[in-house]
Parts: sequence; structure tokens; C-alpha cells
Amino acid sequence: MVEAIVFYTLAVLILGLGVAVITTPKTVHSVVFLVLNFLCVAVLYIVLRAEFLAVIQVLVYAGGIVVLYLFVVMLVNLKQAPEAHEDPRRLARLGLVLSGAVLLELAGIVVYSFGRVTPASAPAAPGPLTGMGNTEELGWLLYTDYLIPFEVASVLLLVAMVGAIVLARRQS
Amino acid sequence: MLDTIVIPLLKIAVLLNAVLVSVTFMVLLERKVIAWAQSRLGPMRVGPYGVLQAIADPIKLMIKEDIRPVRADPMLFTLAPILSLVPALVVFAVVPFGGDELFYVTDINVGLLFIISVTSIGVYGIILAGWASNSKYPLLASLRASAQLISYEIAVTMTLVSVILTAGTLSMVGIVEAQQQSGLWFAFVQPVAFVLVFIGGLAETNRAPFDLPEAEQELTGGFHTEYSGMRFALFFLAEYANIIVISAVVAILFWGGWLRPFPNVEALAFLDLIPGWIWFFGKMFVFLYIFIWIRATLPRYRYDQLMRLGWKVLIPIAIGNIVVTGVVKVLL
Repeated sequence: MVEAIVFYTLAVLILGLGVAVITTPKTVHSVVFLVLNFLCVAVLYIVLRAEFLAVIQVLVYAGGIVVLYLFVVMLVNLKQAPEAHEDPRRLARLGLVLSGAVLLELAGIVVYSFGRVTPASAPAAPGPLTGMGNTEELGWLLYTDYLIPFEVASVLLLVAMVGAIVLARRQS
Repeated sequence: MLDTIVIPLLKIAVLLNAVLVSVTFMVLLERKVIAWAQSRLGPMRVGPYGVLQAIADPIKLMIKEDIRPVRADPMLFTLAPILSLVPALVVFAVVPFGGDELFYVTDINVGLLFIISVTSIGVYGIILAGWASNSKYPLLASLRASAQLISYEIAVTMTLVSVILTAGTLSMVGIVEAQQQSGLWFAFVQPVAFVLVFIGGLAETNRAPFDLPEAEQELTGGFHTEYSGMRFALFFLAEYANIIVISAVVAILFWGGWLRPFPNVEALAFLDLIPGWIWFFGKMFVFLYIFIWIRATLPRYRYDQLMRLGWKVLIPIAIGNIVVTGVVKVLL
């Protein structure tokens, strides 16, 4: 009961902030709404008892990536959105196709999972926040069962890092 | 009901008041110590030896006029000081002042990560304050401050990884208990990490010798130039609360928190007569004093030197420290 109330409150907040991000005229304001959105998602993770994920969400997204967004927005200092050089109708059509695809995907997930996960078959909820956590289990899984995806992701990040440095140096 | 709501709320109330009061006295201590370092007396007029200055200052700040520049962004101008103070206070929720459950609000199993992530939110207060003021110097200062914060955050976080490796847990209470088991404070196991975290802490709280965001000669006052009265006081509170946080974290991670010296030597058991929280506050006080001492002693870095120190010295050492810790941990 309490969880349902918390979930729906958070869902409304997250969606509302998401809408605010794309409708606010000032870019800096929309970045601030994005941060608040990420913080609400972190709270959602805590409700799901994934406290490690919640903390990492705050650390990486809210505390790291969005700070860089804010930097760019502040330095560029957009007074208004730049003029679109392309045909606006083409963009609108592209948007329609993409959002339709996402809608289909979400609907597919709902239809597919409907009736599959019952409270009885759901995995047993881990202990409360003060007990044994999922940090150790996550680390264990990452370095055993999911070692290859993990390493591939880390190589990808390394490539991105090196690429950024190469691009930055070429300009100067 | 009593255990889940009333007692934690009482603890939080006591803790917040204690932190805010100690911040005001920390300001007085800083003025006094710097004055003594410069052969002055410091505040002497209000109360005996100026002790009541700690109460006079907040009153002055509260009754000052609250000015907002006309061209400032009203929403963000208000939000920025709040965003910088709240994370600094939230962190205290997981700081254990003693081993007993009475002395901490909560002990979550990702405590240290919680501290890192919540403090990383504090940078928004600084960036938005500079931007929302719509003024040149604050904007420059906030760019400097946030670049500095992000750079040193990486170094500190990477250094903390080696501490986590040594302790084998992320819980703040667990880290102190790990030190009790090994019988050694981690400052002696991880001396490099201690130095790195302390330097990083100085930089993250924008303290001398890394107080470039507030360099008066270059930037008039820093990112809070346009702020006055209580809004300015919130930034001030946040800065000093952060100093207390860093001192507490360093005392817990590296100097055994509430443990007495040589926690496993039986011959020193009489030291247990002194309660753990006194040991903890004593250690914290030493670091608070060192913060002020450094400010009174060292000249300010140049900005490029600061960035070079962060990226080319501290981060490589931190990575090396992780590797060495990992190898030693596997070999032992």
C-alpha cells in the first residue's frame, strides 16, 4: 500500500519533470528539471530496494553527466533555439516514427509480461536497507556471469575517452 | 512507530542543530586562529575573548537586507543556496559519531558511496549561483569552482576505492569495525590514500590553498558576489558544513572513527574510559584545526597549477594506489 502510494507519486513527478524538461523555454531551467528527474528516478530505485543502483544513478547522472550538460549550456548561452535549417516537417515525421516505435516497444513489454510475474513467482525481496545489500552480489555477477559484456562496455568507454582527447587536441 | 519515526526524527533534529551551531563556532575559531597566526587578537569585543561573536554574526546576517539583482533569474537565484546547503547537511545522516546505534542516524550498506554521490550534487549550487546572478565575476568564479570540484572529485573517489578494497565494505560503521579487527587505523595501512583524500578535501571545499573560486583579487568575491544577507549565509554554512563533513569522513576512514589508539593492545585498555564519541570529536577537531592552519600558512595556487595537480599528479597516484592495494590484497 505504502509502496504503491510512493510509486505513483514518483511516477507523476518523474513524468511531470520530464515534460517540464522539454517544454521550458530556458535551457538552464530544463537542465535543472532533468537533475530533479534523475533524483526522483534514484528514489524509485530505492523503493525497488536497489540502493547501489540508486546511489550510482545520483553519482553518475545527476552529479556527473548533467554537470557537463550545464557547463555546455552555460558556455554556449543560447538565447533562443537555433534556427532549424532542415525541413521542419521531415523532423516531425521522424519524431512520429521514433515515438511510435517506442510506444510499440512499451506496449509489447506490457503485453508480454502481463500475467507472467505474479507476486508468488517474483524473486524474494532482499533484506531491508540495513541488511546484506546487493552491492556484493552485483559485483560478483559482473565479474563472473557478465564478464564479457562488462569488459566490452569498459573498452567502449575507453575508446570514447581516447576519441574525445584526440578530437580536442586536433582543434588546437 | 517510535523506533522507525520518532527516534530518527529526534536524532536528525539534534544533529542538524549541532552541526549548524558548530559551524558558527567554527567560523569564530577560524577568525581567532588566523588572528593568532598573524599576531593579532581577533574578535575581542562581543563577550569574553569574543566568544559571543559566533552568535552575533548569524544575527547580523539574518537582519541584513536581502538583495536580488534585477536581471537575475529569480527561480535559480533562490534555488542555488538551498542546493548547496542541503547536500552538505544530508551527508551527516550516515556519519557515525560512535559505535553505538545511538550515535548515528542510519547505517546504510552503501554509506560511503552515499556520501560521495550526495556531495556531488552540491556543485549545482555553485554553478547555478554564478549563472543565475547574471553577472560577470560570479559566472567566471562558478566555472572555476565547478571545474575544480569535478576534477578533484574524480581523484578523491578513485582514492576511496582503495580504502573500500582494504575495508571490504561500504558501510561507514563497517569501515571502522574493519579497522578494529585489523588493529590498525587505515592511515597506517593506506597513508597515500589519506594524503590524497585530505588534499582532495581541501580542494573540494574550496579552501586555501585551492580557494581560487573565491580569489578576491581576481574575482571580487567569488560565485556568491551578488548574494547578501541570509542567502549568502546559506553558502557560508554550506562551506563550513562541508569542512566538517570532510574532517569527519577522514577521521572515520583513516583514523579509526571512535576507536582509541591501538584498539587491540590490551595494555592501553584504560583509554576506553574515555567514551568513543570524545575520541571521534577530538580527531575531527584536529582536522578542523589543520584546515584553518593550512589557510593561515600556504599561499594560493595558480589556476593551471591547480588543474595540473589534480589531473596529472593526484589521479595517476590514485590509480596506482588502487593497483597496489589490489595486488597486496590478492597476495595476502
